[in-house]
Amino acid sequence: MTMFFNSLRLAMRSTLANKMRSFLTMLGIIIGVMSVIILVSIAQSTTSSITNAISSMGSDLLTVSVTDEDITLDLDDFMTLADYDGIAGVAPYLTVSSTARSGSTYTSVSAVGVTGDYMEIAGSDLESGRGIVASDLEWRTYTAVIGSGVAGDLFESYDVIGKTFKMSGHTFTVVGLLSESGSSNDSQILIPLTTAQRIADSTAITSAYVQATSTNTVDIAQAQAEYQMLLLTRDEDSYDVYNMSELLDTLDDVMSTLSLMLGGIAAISLLVGGIGIMNIMLVSVAERTREIGIRKAIGARRSHIMMQFLIEACVLSILGGLIGLGLSALGLQIFGMIADMTIAIEWRAAIIALLFCVVIGVAFGSYPAAKASKMTPIEALQRN
Amino acid sequence: MLILEHLYKTYYVGDETVHALDDASLHVKPAEFVAICGPSGSGKTTLMNVIGCLDQPDSGRYILDGVDVAECSDNELSMIRSEKIGFVFQQFNLLDSMSALENVELPLIYQKLSQKERIERAKAALDQVGLSNRMLHRPSQLSGGQQQRVAIARALASNSRVILADEPTGNLDSKSGNDVMRMIQRLSSEGYTIVLITHNEEIARQAQRTVYVRDGRLFRSLEEAEQL
Repeated sequence: MTMFFNSLRLAMRSTLANKMRSFLTMLGIIIGVMSVIILVSIAQSTTSSITNAISSMGSDLLTVSVTDEDITLDLDDFMTLADYDGIAGVAPYLTVSSTARSGSTYTSVSAVGVTGDYMEIAGSDLESGRGIVASDLEWRTYTAVIGSGVAGDLFESYDVIGKTFKMSGHTFTVVGLLSESGSSNDSQILIPLTTAQRIADSTAITSAYVQATSTNTVDIAQAQAEYQMLLLTRDEDSYDVYNMSELLDTLDDVMSTLSLMLGGIAAISLLVGGIGIMNIMLVSVAERTREIGIRKAIGARRSHIMMQFLIEACVLSILGGLIGLGLSALGLQIFGMIADMTIAIEWRAAIIALLFCVVIGVAFGSYPAAKASKMTPIEALQRN
Repeated sequence: MLILEHLYKTYYVGDETVHALDDASLHVKPAEFVAICGPSGSGKTTLMNVIGCLDQPDSGRYILDGVDVAECSDNELSMIRSEKIGFVFQQFNLLDSMSALENVELPLIYQKLSQKERIERAKAALDQVGLSNRMLHRPSQLSGGQQQRVAIARALASNSRVILADEPTGNLDSKSGNDVMRMIQRLSSEGYTIVLITHNEEIARQAQRTVYVRDGRLFRSLEEAEQL
């Protein structure tokens, strides 16, 4: 054990003695660890944000969308879905991308034209104020219910009821604030469907949420919705009916494959970093041949020399890993500030990356260390 | 103490065969001061390597302190070097990145002593060679004579009873060379067994007994060696 700590002290000292060289050696590991942690963390955060948005809507939900641009269905067409006994409610909606402005603050938003039932069906909750109601649709009022993200961007406050903003040439009055959901819903603006149709200059509606009477009847509701859509469009290739839980599963699969792939690519750069360490360790063994000879002459065993160089390789790779971890925490903060989202460090990826560093230190350090330990003392002493 | 019997060691350099050791036999009694004297290429370095357990002979027996060295494994040889032999080299062979104290401590690390014990023994050894006021200096901050005294302290700290000195004055001016020789004389009178390897007649004469090496063979007197 004393031997181990002595080797460790020695390794730290020789790492510090050649600061520039040690840093350049570690750079490969630092970049590798950073790319693993940052890529996987971003992929995971994005996934959980999308998954949250979908699962907050509930598993009794279907989405119906028209995919053929030549077919135009209006509000009344979609409302015929509600006549089926497996379907509890229908919420057609129309999304208009736009820019909202308050004073000199601009922010790009997706404004969603909705009916009075939308918030209940889609599972959005109000923080304060009121939702979109039937009279808003009847009078095509310029009223809006905004997400917490929009409230922050436009007004820098959650006290927004009664405030106004400009969008698509009209002045909207905020009547309600959605509760924070941690998903993309936070950057939504809900407006009356009829108002959205006026802005879009079209009565055509392409999508709707359909709620089944219970989570057990989702399959029946899906069959009924597909049947009614076929009746309405007379073309089975022109619409899609999605089941939310199916969508969630698919998404999960895709995203975990994606983060695995990103992690794998980044792991290759870690491997390249390991080769860099082996390179420097070989140089170090050659440079310190005489030192090895002296140590052997005064009583060091092969295992002592082996341990000394192995620990030095491990110190380099672990130190590189820790610096990489620190820098990726910093990088994620900066990225989060730019992309305006909070990205948590994915600890599993961080731990795996650090363990990988240890493995790399041992794997790529053992060849130079073995080479050093096999030198005979006279051969090592004769060389200068 | 040291018993070398009929040692042979042959090197092949290209087509040439070099008999570095040719039926070399030598007995060194405990507390004896023996000089091994010979020109370069005579085989004295090989003899030193074998005595120091840095190299093994092709054939013959070498018994050090009752242990047959030829039978020893690599780890056992390391242990013998650590506990029984103290080296003093011509090139000093100190580690430049370490202070004098740490250099003297180094063999004790391999003897698995605690840090407290190591520092105590290293300080005592440096005191013995009169360098207690230079303990934290690096070798590069010391004169040649001082560096050689650190090397002697390193040999003493390991508690070895045999000091093997290979041209210890070879890289020193005559004054510090004399200092180092006086120190070796003193160690001899304190009961250390000393084997001194040199090409210099004058230095060899300071030993109690001199053995002459020519072409890998050992002779008791210079006349015998010259007859070859």
